[in-house]
Amino acid sequence: MTLNLTLLVVMGVMMAVGIYLLLERSLTRVLLGIILISNGVNLLILQSAGRAGESPLVRDGMDAEEYLDPMPQALLLTAIVIAFALVSFMLALIYRSWVLARQDEVADDEEDRRVAEAVGAYDPEEDAEVSTETSEFIDELDPNTGKLRTSEYVPEPEQDTADEGPASKQAEQKEGRK
Amino acid sequence: MEFSIITLVPLAVLLPFFGAAFAFAFYRHQNIQRSITVGTLIITVVLETFLLSEVWNGGTHAVSLAGWPAPFGISMVIDRFSSLMLVISSAITLAVLLYAVGQGAAEEKNDSGPVSIFYPTYLILVAGVSNAFLAGDLFNMYVGFEIFLTASYVLLTLGGGEARIRAGVTYVVVSILSSMLFLITIGLIYAATGTVNLADLALKLGDLEPSTQLMLHVLLLVAFGIKAAVFPLAFWLPDSYPTAPAPVTAVFAGLLTKVGIYAMIRTETLLFPGERINTALMIVAALTMIVGIMGALAQTDIKRMLSFTLISHIGYLVFGLALSSIIGMAATIYYVAHHITIQTTLFLVTGLIERRAGTSNVDRLGGLAKLSPALAVLFFIPAMNLAGIPPFSGFVGKLGMMQGGIAENTWITWTLVVASVVTSLLTLLAVARIWSRGFWRKAEDVEERSRLLTPKSLAHARAANKRLLPPTMVLPTAALVVLSVAFTVFAGPLMNFSRAAAQDMYERTPYLEAVLGEERVDGVREELVEFTTGHLIDLTTGDDGAAEFAPIRTSLEPEHQTDEDGSSTVEDGTETDADNPEHDQHEEGSGD
Repeated sequence: MTLNLTLLVVMGVMMAVGIYLLLERSLTRVLLGIILISNGVNLLILQSAGRAGESPLVRDGMDAEEYLDPMPQALLLTAIVIAFALVSFMLALIYRSWVLARQDEVADDEEDRRVAEAVGAYDPEEDAEVSTETSEFIDELDPNTGKLRTSEYVPEPEQDTADEGPASKQAEQKEGRK
Repeated sequence: MEFSIITLVPLAVLLPFFGAAFAFAFYRHQNIQRSITVGTLIITVVLETFLLSEVWNGGTHAVSLAGWPAPFGISMVIDRFSSLMLVISSAITLAVLLYAVGQGAAEEKNDSGPVSIFYPTYLILVAGVSNAFLAGDLFNMYVGFEIFLTASYVLLTLGGGEARIRAGVTYVVVSILSSMLFLITIGLIYAATGTVNLADLALKLGDLEPSTQLMLHVLLLVAFGIKAAVFPLAFWLPDSYPTAPAPVTAVFAGLLTKVGIYAMIRTETLLFPGERINTALMIVAALTMIVGIMGALAQTDIKRMLSFTLISHIGYLVFGLALSSIIGMAATIYYVAHHITIQTTLFLVTGLIERRAGTSNVDRLGGLAKLSPALAVLFFIPAMNLAGIPPFSGFVGKLGMMQGGIAENTWITWTLVVASVVTSLLTLLAVARIWSRGFWRKAEDVEERSRLLTPKSLAHARAANKRLLPPTMVLPTAALVVLSVAFTVFAGPLMNFSRAAAQDMYERTPYLEAVLGEERVDGVREELVEFTTGHLIDLTTGDDGAAEFAPIRTSLEPEHQTDEDGSSTVEDGTETDADNPEHDQHEEGSGD
């Protein structure tokens, strides 16, 4: 199988840059990384057809060897469409994350933070205790619950059920009325 | 062409798609949407049950879409394993859907998110999962994965609250990465062999150099390992699943990781048979079990704890897969079906607990057994089942795997057997902690307790039960509990079925014949039979002590069947059973 060296090198560079970007904390860069990687993969699939050849329309007197293998291009088209859908969804997620938290970063997991606080986890990269919130844009108010954000954990039963348990709230209101 | 129900196989994918399209069209009418979705799923379950009964004795069938014959066209393959997975997955999704409908009706409130999205997306998820189960080629499997993953992104971020967006970002990025790895592997496999059809690959991959095979094998396993949440690749799971609404988490936990496991089993038996990396898989399995359950013990939130037990029990499945023996695989197939049901049930019950007590944090739960005995029973049965207490189905599945491990009798399988016993005990500890804190301790002992836990009188408690646990939510949960108990009651026939499925998958000829036709397979039958017997004989007979520990496997030793006729199915199995009546009794005894 012969390969196009330029395409191969381009694919390698795209993959490498893509992986570098994927490791960043900023979501926009992660998205760019995903775009680069998916296009690198598309190039890879394109090359699996081997060298270029005649268009695959059957003609008399031509060997099978002379045609181009059309199959990878069919796979490639599907892969492009899927990647397109995923990238648009990621964009929507990132925009939503920005609207909600003014944050373009992968956020820490709440529970992980709680565990880290309880254990006093140590971050070797920062050479300090694991910090809680670093964003300068972050709102004082949590838009989800309308409560003040605090670094230490305050148990709030409503917070857990804000999305799926309004019935329990109603119940509490009812009992409160009694 | 005479009509056979097998020609309806593509409908298992198409029906949910059509249902989704219709449900989208009626986005303004909640009731119509709901009835379309429920109706579609019921029809799908009925169809798949017919398919299961068709292949129960009949073996493997393939359908070539649009009439293009197999290595060129797209084929859908249904065999015992995939039909079992189809029926279980659809039954689970139907129960969860009814639960979600009940929850929506109980809340009587539509502004908690774009609800018109929920039903169509849910159906698309079902379609994607079915497609992945039925796919006869790698690329179609990839498309199936993408369909249900994209649907799952939408379901996970439903409503777009901050916590869900945070969880969604992790989940989406990790899933996309694993999909990219899968796609890279497909590209490389196509470059190496010139085909993506699974049956065709099974014949062609063997001709490649061992090093190339190993690379493709490991790449594929890593891609599926991320989806199945196998230990070093599982950290995304407990961060993302618990934030979603209870029904969504239940379906995700039950189904999505199992599709990864299904893909691993399918490719491992069909494309890369043999014991090349079994030791590595076993080490990974042991770490998955132990690390997962340790994580579960550190959690106080029930949902998060269940997510960790989910990871831990994936380890069992990988263990059974890595044994590459009939008994190990049979136990794995049985355990997958059992675990889908149990994990889904537990998440649904947790949803009920959260409604009843206002929280799912065990530190703030108490006295639930007194408040709502029905809820306690609904939790207790699947929890004990998860821990593998005899006589429940979890015990039967684990027993099968341990028998397989003991029969193989190497240091690594003994390590695995010990690890699985330890994990089982730790699982018991984890669920017992929830039980004793959430259900048994007095509500007065709970710090910062919610008012819901301490009603003024029994009448108040009953009224709250009625309000917070409507029958529309309790009944689907109870139905799943009954289903999980049915796995115990019908363990004998199901185990036999799993064994026949495992037999088919290791022989590979039924699958290849169904897809490629008998003529194509006849040319390579000798090689295939030689390979299968060569690999499985020393596994199944083992040394002198093995047969004593594993009486089950003697009734299905592959060399009995492959000697007579390479394409054996159940008939041969029953023949050999009749040949060894004394083993039959052993089998009966251990099946109970």
